[in-house]
Amino acid sequence: MIEVIKKYLNMFGLPRLIITALFIGICITAIVIGLPVSLLASDVIRRFGMFGILALAMVPSIQSGTGPNFALPIGIICGLLGSLLTIEFGLTSPALGYGFISAVLISLPFAILSGWVYGILLNKIKGSEMLVATYTGFSIVSFMQIGWVTLPFTHPEMRWPIGQGLRVTVSLDSSFGEVLNRVWGFSISGVYIPTGLLLFFFGCCGLVWLFSRSKSGIEMNIAGANPKFAVASGINVDKNRVVGTILSTIIGAVGIIVYSLSFGYLQLYLAPLYMAFPAVAAVLIGGASTSKVKISHVLIGTFLFQGLLTVALPVANQMFPEGNLSEVLRMIVQNGIILYALTKMGGGV
Amino acid sequence: MAGVNEVKTTKTNKTNTSNSIKKFLFDSSVPLLFIIICLAGVYFSELPLLFIMNTLLKRVTRNSFMVLSLIIPVIAGLGLNFGIVIGAMAGQFAIIAVTHFKISGFPGFMMCILLATPIAIIFGIFIAILLNRTKGQEMISSMIAGFFANGVYQFILLFLVGTLIPLRNPDLVLSRGIGIRNTIDLTTATGLKYSLDNVLWYPLFYVLAGIAALVIIVICIDYYLKRKKIPESIDNFKFITQLIITAAILAVSLYVIMTGSILINVKLPIITTLFIAALWWFNVSIMKTKMGQDFRTVGHDMEIAKISGVDVDRTRTIAMIISTVFAAWGQIIFLQNIGTLSTYGSHVSIATFSIAAILLGGASVTKATSGQAILGVILFHTLFIVSPKAGNNLFGDAQIGEFFRAFVSYGVIGVALGLHAWNKRVQAIRRRLDA
Repeated sequence: MIEVIKKYLNMFGLPRLIITALFIGICITAIVIGLPVSLLASDVIRRFGMFGILALAMVPSIQSGTGPNFALPIGIICGLLGSLLTIEFGLTSPALGYGFISAVLISLPFAILSGWVYGILLNKIKGSEMLVATYTGFSIVSFMQIGWVTLPFTHPEMRWPIGQGLRVTVSLDSSFGEVLNRVWGFSISGVYIPTGLLLFFFGCCGLVWLFSRSKSGIEMNIAGANPKFAVASGINVDKNRVVGTILSTIIGAVGIIVYSLSFGYLQLYLAPLYMAFPAVAAVLIGGASTSKVKISHVLIGTFLFQGLLTVALPVANQMFPEGNLSEVLRMIVQNGIILYALTKMGGGV
Repeated sequence: MAGVNEVKTTKTNKTNTSNSIKKFLFDSSVPLLFIIICLAGVYFSELPLLFIMNTLLKRVTRNSFMVLSLIIPVIAGLGLNFGIVIGAMAGQFAIIAVTHFKISGFPGFMMCILLATPIAIIFGIFIAILLNRTKGQEMISSMIAGFFANGVYQFILLFLVGTLIPLRNPDLVLSRGIGIRNTIDLTTATGLKYSLDNVLWYPLFYVLAGIAALVIIVICIDYYLKRKKIPESIDNFKFITQLIITAAILAVSLYVIMTGSILINVKLPIITTLFIAALWWFNVSIMKTKMGQDFRTVGHDMEIAKISGVDVDRTRTIAMIISTVFAAWGQIIFLQNIGTLSTYGSHVSIATFSIAAILLGGASVTKATSGQAILGVILFHTLFIVSPKAGNNLFGDAQIGEFFRAFVSYGVIGVALGLHAWNKRVQAIRRRLDA
């Protein structure tokens, strides 16, 4: 009996169990202290759809063998650039999804190019991807801080009224703010369902899943799972790693556009610095490891992690009005799960 | 200033002079590049030299100890220890306790050291357990461990103080009775501000002149003795560079003293400097002991170390403990100079800045000396001081200088880590081809 329990426990993973228990516990607390359930549920669903694509960006990178993409900020910067250019050139007609479609299309070439260059870099440093990725992300974000000040954007909604450079947050009210959320959106007993947002997220998941079933997707999976076997079967491992990195960067770019859209603002300067970590933590919570991932991990992980954070915020504020308990909780859960995954990697490379 | 470093890093090979110069230029291309950037920054910032010297000295003396704590893990093969953040937290716990008990001045400082040490040892053991389970990924693990520990640290100080930990001190605890304040003032009468620095101040250039004169005498005697006994071990290039650099330092110091320039007012906190010198000496002399040899063996190759009977995990644990303890002390030295403890912020960027500094000094993931650490701190802080003003003068925006500085700190770490990983991979491929 104990053996069986142990087996299932191992399969499910202790941290996942703790986080699930925590989530359920906090949900019950929220109901007990009388927080509006319908509002909370709407929020959880919105955050789930809003954050999911960023977590989805981890799938191709883990599958191609480069590990969780800690350099997600590269994709994020591309997405931000696409959105900024869209607003700058006023490509916000309803036919272009009020700018959403044009933002995605403009960010694509940036994402492909930078993902390609970054993928080649990753091939040179096999075995230390996560660390180098983290600092590549940090470097790009801090470099783009100079960019946000110096790039010749002129649109008055983006620039500081006085002084140089772009604003720290750029409002999307007049362009594609919340457009996806409103598509076919409806309320059931006070719970708002942002149908368009969810459909887009599931659609992206479906595309990634379809890709992983295709010939090149299977090749990429083999190259990531067992490079030696892949070489023996005539698969170009390095090429597949580059493809995985490009895909991850593209999804990252789309992810930040959807995130900003649902959030209502583009966040520039230091905002993208730590964005990779919650995304990595989400897939790990969902059951992925640094070398294996499934779409279901993204869905479960994003729901658990974002749900936990969303519900914890008002609950924590009720219990401790001052001090940011939910932020502390986020730090512990997020980094704890990454540490746990690192210890499971097995020593030595 | 740079002389101190070159004395340490120039290799004592019996090669001819031009080869030595080439090797020196190649080995120290990073510090040389940043020396040029710093000099350009100093020029364009148009800041008065006295201001730069004063600020720089202050920053270098308060930061060097922390950066020196990075050396031993590098030698022991653990890479750059991002976990010094956790050591810094131990130091901050101690500072909060000592501030609560109102022990001021030098005794207060020593009390901090005394309290921080056992906490840091325990933290060091925890980090070592983690890193021994994540061999090959030590740096990312120590970095994430730092983030994780920061969460736990905030949880303890924000929510356990006043609830589980009974602390009722209105100077420390928030008005609601739970949680430590965001900033703790150390400048009060019973505070720790300058508790170490204020023991003794002395004009910098007197100290420099004295040391330079002493060094010249020592290396001349050394050269003379070697020439008599073992002439083949003489390295003319090294001797001449050492002599020129120390002579230059002596000349500049004497010039400042003779002309009675205002630079004479630049004062050095002697005891703090002695602390830094002691850690430097410790880092050098531990390498001559059995322990130091174990560090080196483990750092070189864990398999070989295991075969030759070294307890790898234990050696790595000791290296981490040493580093964490010194990081805790380093944070105390840092904060007693700053004078305010930002409870939830003082430690956060310590690892990034210290590691960027040591890399600017020419260290790498597998090789680091104390000289590189000090040179790196000097360069990093020069950049820190001049870049906002230089950015303003060059681009009309102080922000750009600051962003550039942030980019350099992250970028230099990224490039160094990338180069190291690339190098490791190239070597692995070569080994495979040889086998």
